[in-house]
Amino acid sequence: MKLLLPNPELDLRIPSYADLERMEKETKDGPQWDNKAQYILTCVGFCIGLGNVWRFPYLCQSHGGGAFLIPYLILLVLEGMPLLLLEFAIGQRLRKGSVGVWRAISPYLTGVGIASMLVSFLVGLYYNTLIGWILWYLFNSFQEPLPWTQCPLNDSKTEFVSECQRSSTVDYYFYRVSLNSTTSIADSGGIHPPIVVCLLAAWTVVAICCIRGISTSGKAVYVTAILPYIVLAIFLIRGLTLKGAVNGIKFLFIPDVKELMKPTTWLDAGAQVFYAFGLAWGGLISFSSYNPVHNNCVQDAVILSVVTGLTSVYAATVTYSIIGFRATEKYDTCISDNILTLTNTFDLPEMNITSNNYEAALSSLNTSYPDVLPGLGIQTCDLQSLLSEGVEGTGLAFIVFTEAITKMPGSPVWSVLFFVMLLCLGLSTLFGNIEGVVVPLKDLKLVPKNFPQEALTGLTCVVSFIISLLFAQRSGIHWVTLFDNFAGSVPLLTIGLFEMIAVVYIYGIDRFNEDIAFMVGRKPCIFWQVTWRFISPLTVLVILVFYLVTQAQETLTYLVWDASSEMFPALTSVTYPSWIYAVIFLLAGVPSLAVPVYALCRLIFVCCRKHLF
Amino acid sequence: MLERVFLLLCFLPVLAAETCKPNTPNGHKVRLSIKTALGAEAYDWNENERFLFQSTMAYAMRNLKGENFTVSNIVVCDETPRVSFWFVVTSPNDPSKVVSKGEVEEAVRKSRNRINQAFMLSDSTLEFIGILPTLAAPVEPPTPTWLIVFGVVMGMVLAGIVILLALSFVQKKRKKNKKADVEEEEDDEGTQVQTAENGATRVDYYNNSFADDERFTHM
Repeated sequence: MKLLLPNPELDLRIPSYADLERMEKETKDGPQWDNKAQYILTCVGFCIGLGNVWRFPYLCQSHGGGAFLIPYLILLVLEGMPLLLLEFAIGQRLRKGSVGVWRAISPYLTGVGIASMLVSFLVGLYYNTLIGWILWYLFNSFQEPLPWTQCPLNDSKTEFVSECQRSSTVDYYFYRVSLNSTTSIADSGGIHPPIVVCLLAAWTVVAICCIRGISTSGKAVYVTAILPYIVLAIFLIRGLTLKGAVNGIKFLFIPDVKELMKPTTWLDAGAQVFYAFGLAWGGLISFSSYNPVHNNCVQDAVILSVVTGLTSVYAATVTYSIIGFRATEKYDTCISDNILTLTNTFDLPEMNITSNNYEAALSSLNTSYPDVLPGLGIQTCDLQSLLSEGVEGTGLAFIVFTEAITKMPGSPVWSVLFFVMLLCLGLSTLFGNIEGVVVPLKDLKLVPKNFPQEALTGLTCVVSFIISLLFAQRSGIHWVTLFDNFAGSVPLLTIGLFEMIAVVYIYGIDRFNEDIAFMVGRKPCIFWQVTWRFISPLTVLVILVFYLVTQAQETLTYLVWDASSEMFPALTSVTYPSWIYAVIFLLAGVPSLAVPVYALCRLIFVCCRKHLF
Repeated sequence: MLERVFLLLCFLPVLAAETCKPNTPNGHKVRLSIKTALGAEAYDWNENERFLFQSTMAYAMRNLKGENFTVSNIVVCDETPRVSFWFVVTSPNDPSKVVSKGEVEEAVRKSRNRINQAFMLSDSTLEFIGILPTLAAPVEPPTPTWLIVFGVVMGMVLAGIVILLALSFVQKKRKKNKKADVEEEEDDEGTQVQTAENGATRVDYYNNSFADDERFTHM
């Protein structure tokens, strides 16, 4: 079944093997890696991002714990690794960034590169806002006591502010002090100055690291890619010595095999693998194009897959040991509060009821005074529900973890370490992002030829900063969630699908095999052939279709922190206003449709030119 | 005269017994959590501790009103094993008159710290039910710490950017001067083709094949 679409003049657009050998021998003027380690670290840093810390552990725990690892690892091998090798090999062979590569394969496919650039840009906007929030917390960690341990007093100084009293200090600090969030995405609320300042800091840090392309970002990754592992190790050791950490780890890894029967588990695993690898953003193609021609990209793809898989599990263990500690703390506090209430109401001597005989004492009091007990407000303390509280996304980092840190001795140190780790994770992903935006801009000839690299990077950062002021509004958190859900989901899957079709059926799988044989010395084995041709495209297509179908069926909602709602302090679910659908189309539809639209436009253009002559 | 004094003395404990009872309008409930606060060093609640309480409250009332309150003016009743009890304060001039709730509250608030310290307890472990302690204001440093850290980070980053730009500018100038010298020495035709293909020195940062692109792409 060797389907191959006609592709005239392909050989004229791509360097031949002789050209490649010649370029290899000449002294190179272009950017290149100082050593192999720099390349691997940059790719690892790009793949390992914030999602590994706050999305994977949540998916793992909510889809059957240890059992989730099975679909995750299977799809990692069947879907992630083949696409990874595809991007590495095509970049290394054609020696161009994402737009250049697809344009070289066929000028009609330039849309794929443009789509990658748009997605990288949109995702970069909201991702850097997250970095801005992380910076805010980092800047505020250099004080004792940490600012999110205290509630402000109300005017009469007899009580705390009611919003803070009813929820918790960490909730209040995140939603009110840091973001001053509004209750609806339509209600802009004006700009919140601290976030503007932090966004400015975030974009300047990114600018300085990327200012000269990989010659500066390649040095920065030595820190940003390695530091998170060290900090995770420190947190693992600290976490395991805390009371209740084992509860968390057990909760995470106890497998629930029934979850494997549900299709949503497999879909979520597939989607997570896709996003975890940074595929279809264009950054990996760009990074590989700076490699020497005979670099062993097959080995790189396998190494990177293994590292990403292991890091996800490692980060999940650390995260859940801390979550277990926090949940146990809250459980103990809940029990102590109940004991105090009972002791005070019945005027029993202190220490009569302890956590050991709490249950027995409660039931005996219930039988003796059945009508008194309900009015007391005894809370039910359930460890399982505490373990599954608010443990995804921004809620994990800024609420759950910050709360856990306040209970550890020496909290400012832990807070600084934690947020520095998150900063490094986010920055190393952003390097790939900026690469995926700047290089296509040059390839598309949108800037004059002699425009210096520094100026282009600087301009990109300035424009991105101005646009990301959208997220500095008081409704910014809702916009971030919107971008997170739509800018980085459907377009990436579509681009990935088109990439595989382009390489296998338009570039030609035979030619691709020969290229890899030329570069590495051996043709790729049967595993790669089968996955490239059938399994990976099919998996991505299935995920894409299911995702579109489920999204189209639901009314879209988002969560707000609303003090006037009945669900307070839990987040309230609100439906999006109708004009949001236009925004969603812009975010998800435009990049996805860029591929066919560009091909169509070019077809029309070429036909018109032919007819005119 | 003696009979009147005798009658009054007999009435006193009765009066006192009548004024102090649980939920009495001018009384306050006190709750102590000694074991929670002191752990191993907790003392037992006995008559002497009660006496200390009475004298401390008398001190507090004296502090507020200036009248000569004594231990007998502080009437304690309904003690429980929790260590909680009710008390009322009677006026020194007229033992049958009970001091109003508001004044007792004011006295407690004024001398709260001294009362706590007498028992080695705090606001949360020595509770006067109904009298809310004034909460400690959150600790706030004079200049917000985050601005200082932000200033440091931004300063370093901007300095870095300036240095990098200056370095690259100097490097480019040096390369330009070197190439100008090299061109003068070499053959004109050969170098013209070379420099035309490689472009200006600023192509340093472009992908090498970008130059080849011009030969191949038709649009």
